[in-house]
Amino acid sequence: MILKARAVKLGNNVDTDVILPGKYLALTDPAELGNHAMEGVSPGFASKFTDGVVIVAGENFGQGSSREHAAIALKAAGVRCVVAESFARIFYRNAINIGLPALECPGILAQVTDRDELSVDLERGQIKNLRTGATATTEPIPLDLLQVLNDGGIIEHLKKKRAHR
Amino acid sequence: MNIIEKILAKASRREEVRPGEIVEAEIKSAMIHDITGPIAVQSWRKLEEAKVWDPDRVVVIFDHFLPPPTEQAASLQKMMRGFVDEQGIRSFYDVGRGGICHQVMPEKGHVHPGDVIVGADSHTCTYGAFGAFSTGIGSTEMAAVFATGRLWFKVPRTIKINVNGSFAPSVMSKDLILHILAKLGVSGANYRGMEFTGQAVEDMSISGRMTLCNMSIEAGAKTGIVAPDTKTAEYLGASSSNSFHDIGSDEDSKYERTIQIDASTLSPQVARPHSPDNVIPIEEMPETRIDQAFLGSCTNGRTEDLRIAARILDGRKVHNCTRLIVTPASQDVYRECLREGLIEILTESGAVVTNPGCGICIGIHMGILAPGDVCVSSSNRNFIGRMGSPQAKIFLASPATVAASAIAGRITDPRKLS
Repeated sequence: MILKARAVKLGNNVDTDVILPGKYLALTDPAELGNHAMEGVSPGFASKFTDGVVIVAGENFGQGSSREHAAIALKAAGVRCVVAESFARIFYRNAINIGLPALECPGILAQVTDRDELSVDLERGQIKNLRTGATATTEPIPLDLLQVLNDGGIIEHLKKKRAHR
Repeated sequence: MNIIEKILAKASRREEVRPGEIVEAEIKSAMIHDITGPIAVQSWRKLEEAKVWDPDRVVVIFDHFLPPPTEQAASLQKMMRGFVDEQGIRSFYDVGRGGICHQVMPEKGHVHPGDVIVGADSHTCTYGAFGAFSTGIGSTEMAAVFATGRLWFKVPRTIKINVNGSFAPSVMSKDLILHILAKLGVSGANYRGMEFTGQAVEDMSISGRMTLCNMSIEAGAKTGIVAPDTKTAEYLGASSSNSFHDIGSDEDSKYERTIQIDASTLSPQVARPHSPDNVIPIEEMPETRIDQAFLGSCTNGRTEDLRIAARILDGRKVHNCTRLIVTPASQDVYRECLREGLIEILTESGAVVTNPGCGICIGIHMGILAPGDVCVSSSNRNFIGRMGSPQAKIFLASPATVAASAIAGRITDPRKLS
């Protein structure tokens, strides 16, 4: 899976309270959640990136609450992939489970400027910066998780597995 | 093996496990609440399964919208009631029956030493206080657990936190965990387990241990855990007292690292905005006026916490410019506090006492902060916008510090008042 989109750069320790503030937790519709993505720090985030975006973040992305609403909101707001130096564990699992690619790449923050055009190869673990021409290489997403992503998330993946049994 | 490895080995029917290995563990209890539950049910419906793997292992607790403040929240709870009925789930705690999930789970007998427990809430790690391996997961993952009763885990490396010495008066386990967060940072235990050992932990009440384990997630930990002992047995009742003597860590257990702390050197700690690891001892705090003080949450809303606050507030008044909100963690805690006369003392001092629930800590129901508000809170997170406006400031501290600060109208060392 190769994804191409512009980068939005964020810092370290972006928490799920800013990704999706608590006051929207009574929402369950992905599109409605997406409208409020990142509202805590970047109001109007969703409307800015209608043609897709790759979040490039520092350490511990998605720390805090287990609210899957955060990952759902990002995906619905047009985030195609999150590349971070590291992820908080619950967010990482949530992202993969709902079919939002999450790629860990130490050192990525220094190699990307906000709005750079990126090409992310999940299978190879390569992030190509189309502005600078530089390629960052990291541990690819493990094959079994890649299958979950290719199927569109853990639910579709389990259904597919069940159908093949 | 250490206690975490032992529990995961047993739950995955292996002789031995090592950090880094992926195991599939049998789940003893799976908990959802009124915020993560609806998404879990939504995902569950997509799976098109008829029945959850074991309705007696699924626990449903309403606590975030308690009672519902909006039609939207009420509708989510209504939908959840339908799921509970349809699935024949008996462990269901509706409005007025339970309270904050992490208090209700052990109170109502859903936690035992050695269990592997998952909850669709990040503070599920609280049950480590009872020697269980418990961790937070997302809603969709929970739907998968509902279908299979199993879940994969990477066996974590473990950080041992050995705490000796005894706490000075008015210094609490909350101050210890804030101090640990200052040392580790918010991602210092990411993907790892944290085991709390040492005399100070052995001497600690179950309530204090729950506070410790509860905030292990604030360092990113998969779980925090304390080996079960006679106090655990006493809390849980005689039925389970003899079943967990083999759970504790072996003498030759391996740890990624060990942190030694002398509890007697600790003073009350404060986490400043906007991160739980932005911690300093209270002596170093500049003068900080507060608009609101909050005593409650799954971290510090237990009888012991309200008792300490009541002792400080007894015969005193909450400062004119400050509002004190007190939220007992559960119905049982509420009743215990009523019996002890604590609610009388707190309300007499000018505190408003709410029904149990999570709403204030997470900024969704009552006590919401306005732009520019400053709050000192006994809860667990002070992220931007956590309790309301992104322009509000949240300081985290112990129940003793919250009570002392409410009286003074500024962040105050409880040792000066108690």
